[in-house]
Amino acid sequence: MLPLLAAVAVGFVPGSQRQAIRGITIGASGLSLLCALIAFLSFEIDGELKFETKVPWVESLGLYFHLAADGINIGIILMGAIVAFAAACCANDITHRVKEFHILLNVMIGGILGAFASMDLFFFYFFHELALVPTFIMIGVWGRGANRNYATYKITLYLSLGALLALIGLIGVYVQTGAESFSIPDLIDKVGKKPINEAAQQWIFPLLLFGFGILVSLWPFHTWAPLGYGAAPTATAMLHAGVLKKFGLYGLIRVAIPMAPVGAQSWLGVLAWLALGNLLYCGLVAVRQKDLNLLIGNSSVAHMGFIFLGIASLNVIGLTGAVLVMIAHGLLAALAFGLSGHLYRQTGSLDMSRMGGLLRQMPLAGSALLMALFAGCGLPGFANFAGEITIFFAAWAAGLKTITVIAAWSAFVIGGLYMMRAIRNILHGPRGDDWAKASDVNPLIATALGLLLAALLVFGFAPWLLTKGIEGEVTKIVRLAKPEAER
Amino acid sequence: MGDQLQFIQLEVMVVALGLLVLLADLFLSESARRSLGWVAAGALGLVFLLSFRESFVGLADGKAFGGIYRLDGLALFFKRFFLVTAIFVLIFAMDFASRLKGGMSEYLAFILFALSGMMFASSANDFSLLFVAIELITVTFYILVSFQRHRMHSLEAGVKYLILGAVSSAFLVYGIALVFGEAGSLKFDVIRAAHDGLLGSNVFLFGMLFVFAGLAFKISAFPFQVWAPDVYQGAPTPTTTFLAVGSKAAGFVLLIRLFGSVVPELTAQWTGMLMVVAALTILYGNLCALPQRNLKRLLAYSGIANAGYLLMGIVAQSESGDGTAAILYYLAGYLFTLVAAFMIINLLARDGEGEDISCLAGLGKRSPFLALTLTLAVVSLAGIPPLAGFFGKFLLVKSVTAKAFGDAGYFALLAVAVFGVVVSIYYYFRIIRTIYWSKDTPDNSPVAIAWPTRMVLGLCVAAILYLGLLPDKPINWANAAAKIETVAK
Repeated sequence: MLPLLAAVAVGFVPGSQRQAIRGITIGASGLSLLCALIAFLSFEIDGELKFETKVPWVESLGLYFHLAADGINIGIILMGAIVAFAAACCANDITHRVKEFHILLNVMIGGILGAFASMDLFFFYFFHELALVPTFIMIGVWGRGANRNYATYKITLYLSLGALLALIGLIGVYVQTGAESFSIPDLIDKVGKKPINEAAQQWIFPLLLFGFGILVSLWPFHTWAPLGYGAAPTATAMLHAGVLKKFGLYGLIRVAIPMAPVGAQSWLGVLAWLALGNLLYCGLVAVRQKDLNLLIGNSSVAHMGFIFLGIASLNVIGLTGAVLVMIAHGLLAALAFGLSGHLYRQTGSLDMSRMGGLLRQMPLAGSALLMALFAGCGLPGFANFAGEITIFFAAWAAGLKTITVIAAWSAFVIGGLYMMRAIRNILHGPRGDDWAKASDVNPLIATALGLLLAALLVFGFAPWLLTKGIEGEVTKIVRLAKPEAER
Repeated sequence: MGDQLQFIQLEVMVVALGLLVLLADLFLSESARRSLGWVAAGALGLVFLLSFRESFVGLADGKAFGGIYRLDGLALFFKRFFLVTAIFVLIFAMDFASRLKGGMSEYLAFILFALSGMMFASSANDFSLLFVAIELITVTFYILVSFQRHRMHSLEAGVKYLILGAVSSAFLVYGIALVFGEAGSLKFDVIRAAHDGLLGSNVFLFGMLFVFAGLAFKISAFPFQVWAPDVYQGAPTPTTTFLAVGSKAAGFVLLIRLFGSVVPELTAQWTGMLMVVAALTILYGNLCALPQRNLKRLLAYSGIANAGYLLMGIVAQSESGDGTAAILYYLAGYLFTLVAAFMIINLLARDGEGEDISCLAGLGKRSPFLALTLTLAVVSLAGIPPLAGFFGKFLLVKSVTAKAFGDAGYFALLAVAVFGVVVSIYYYFRIIRTIYWSKDTPDNSPVAIAWPTRMVLGLCVAAILYLGLLPDKPINWANAAAKIETVAK
């Protein structure tokens, strides 16, 4: 909630006070990071909702302003808060209309954290839209590159379509359960007693799957993502690719699977194949990229394949792994886009064929990039590895054997291929001509990126910090989805 | 008789006010005439307040004049709706006065007469009153549309509206005649009681189809929408606003009354046809709006699309009251957004007659207030939360989804609606883009806004936000108003 207040506060500061505006944003996101961290550390896992706030909003429709945390979303909220803080630190590349940008940035951060903390379907959607609209405006006004207008339209239309499909699915859930409220725990309670009839589930699940899928760039609806991220300002790309995009996945796990388990059974096979499309197709596309941002964008789309695969396996380890990768990838994507934003500011180009030798030129940023790229190809020690390996086990256990093997192959070979190429082109070799004057990151950005990297490593070496909470919640969901397989 | 007159006291006041304005014109000096509009708007405000009077509200659920006039929650809701619309339009018209070369008082009087027609329409419980009310609206609008006699566009719009309006009246009369021939009565109550037998009769069905066609003209539903863009564009902007909001809502109140309360089983029978009409209306409106550069034309096409969304409420209404409540909510939001949008377009196009989208260029710098208001209006039309338009669409979609399981046709309708909304985001977004980041700004002078206009715009913004952010109370109002008498089962 804090960032929304900050948005109002920024609104009152005159546009000329750039330092003050930046300070408020960083301060607010830092404060919410602190809150999230305290909440995370003091979080006790006992299957209950924590930190609940519940205020009636539209009683005639059973809408409640209901925020709370449980095992799944506490980790995501922490990740969101870290990324938000980092994004706020990296937002100093904005030079015109600073005030408006920071208002939107704060609204977006508030929307993101609100969406993941919502326990009410309506607000879940509402906060997501609240975060999405600033995204479009930020890309349109402060975006870069010649394709900016096209990218803005494309991302707006695609994401609106996805959001609307998901909305119809969500309303379908509400109508079909016959519940008196939009509250997620209530709905799950209702469904646990009396499932939605199967014919309706066959409608609801695909609506949610493709609605949320478009939001997460499920293949073949992914084309908006690399383009949009290529054109977006650094902070926006960090927040969207890192956190906001995970909303769709979160929705799938939180709403779609528990509410429509029968529909899920018949569609998850399709999802697994589409996930493969993400992994293979987008991985191969990433190999061909010359522009660093497009490479990161495509690889981030490819990584979504892992998460979809984890969801498709529909068992406890699969879903746990999916949430773990969601968190890990959020940190990673923010790190990567933060770095590429820094590089872009130095020369105004991200053409990899003209880079080189940056490790010598900017040791800090260079080594951070090195680590990010390593994490991206799933090197053990980073949280990504922990999540991805879990998903493989899960997919194998779920009997998706062919897919698993291909996925493993593609992930490691293709991922290794493009990441290594990027490392060679950017960091080693002779120094590119444009880069003579490039300087290393300033302390503020260094702190931000360091924080992201540290979180990646902490969760990589100690994934149980997250998984303990996730497992408890996920078990409940799996039990709802597959009552016959008690495990 | 005296008791009966109580029921129509609001309408009587409005008509009397119209006559007074006409009479006053004869006696007042040129300068005093200018203030007539303010007086009329103030008087309507008084009528609006009177509609909340205990003794009047207490009459609700009553019938008068042998059952041809019905006063219930729905009628009350729409009477207030039309009054608010007319107050805004009158204030708007005063702002527009310099561009009307004809007599100002006649223009005001005709707005009042059309208003009384709309108010009668909201209470119509008989085909004869329905027809008279519709004609009262349509005939006055012939004049209001072509009021700028010196402009070719205005005259052209008037002629088009006259011809197509006459055709629609013909449909309506013919339909009513067929219905009367079969049912033996024009009273809704009689038809409702006898509907079981009537539904088997092809003549009755044919008659109802013609009545539907006549009303479809009013709401500009496909395939009776062709008049809308030309008429909207050519008519003086206050008329356009009144046409887009008032006339459309009048069509909807009659559709709700007829298809929701008199022959609900026919609506259920016709669900397929209504869905096709709604879907085609949405598609036509949105797709045609895409290439438009003239803002009034663009809003005309978006108005057609919105008629399609509202028809979804009629489709979903046949069993529960949900659909009706959603229509009411949507219309309320639509009222404020459209008034704001047309007022701003009018302010900016004041000089060059051109309502081209380029007149918005640089508005963000010229007048942040107008820019913000127009942005809110457009965003609300696009149905993005947390504004009025989103909640209206949310309720409509919810009412349709509630029926969708078990019939794939509803999903097709929803798919079309989603497609329409995505397309509409494209052209609404273009407006916002022109406001804030268009490269060439021909005119950088600040825009002067008269205080009444500023007040109306402020009210609209407040209402758009209120309906979007705190929908609890308004939903209860809409639900209460949507409870209409249906067939006793």
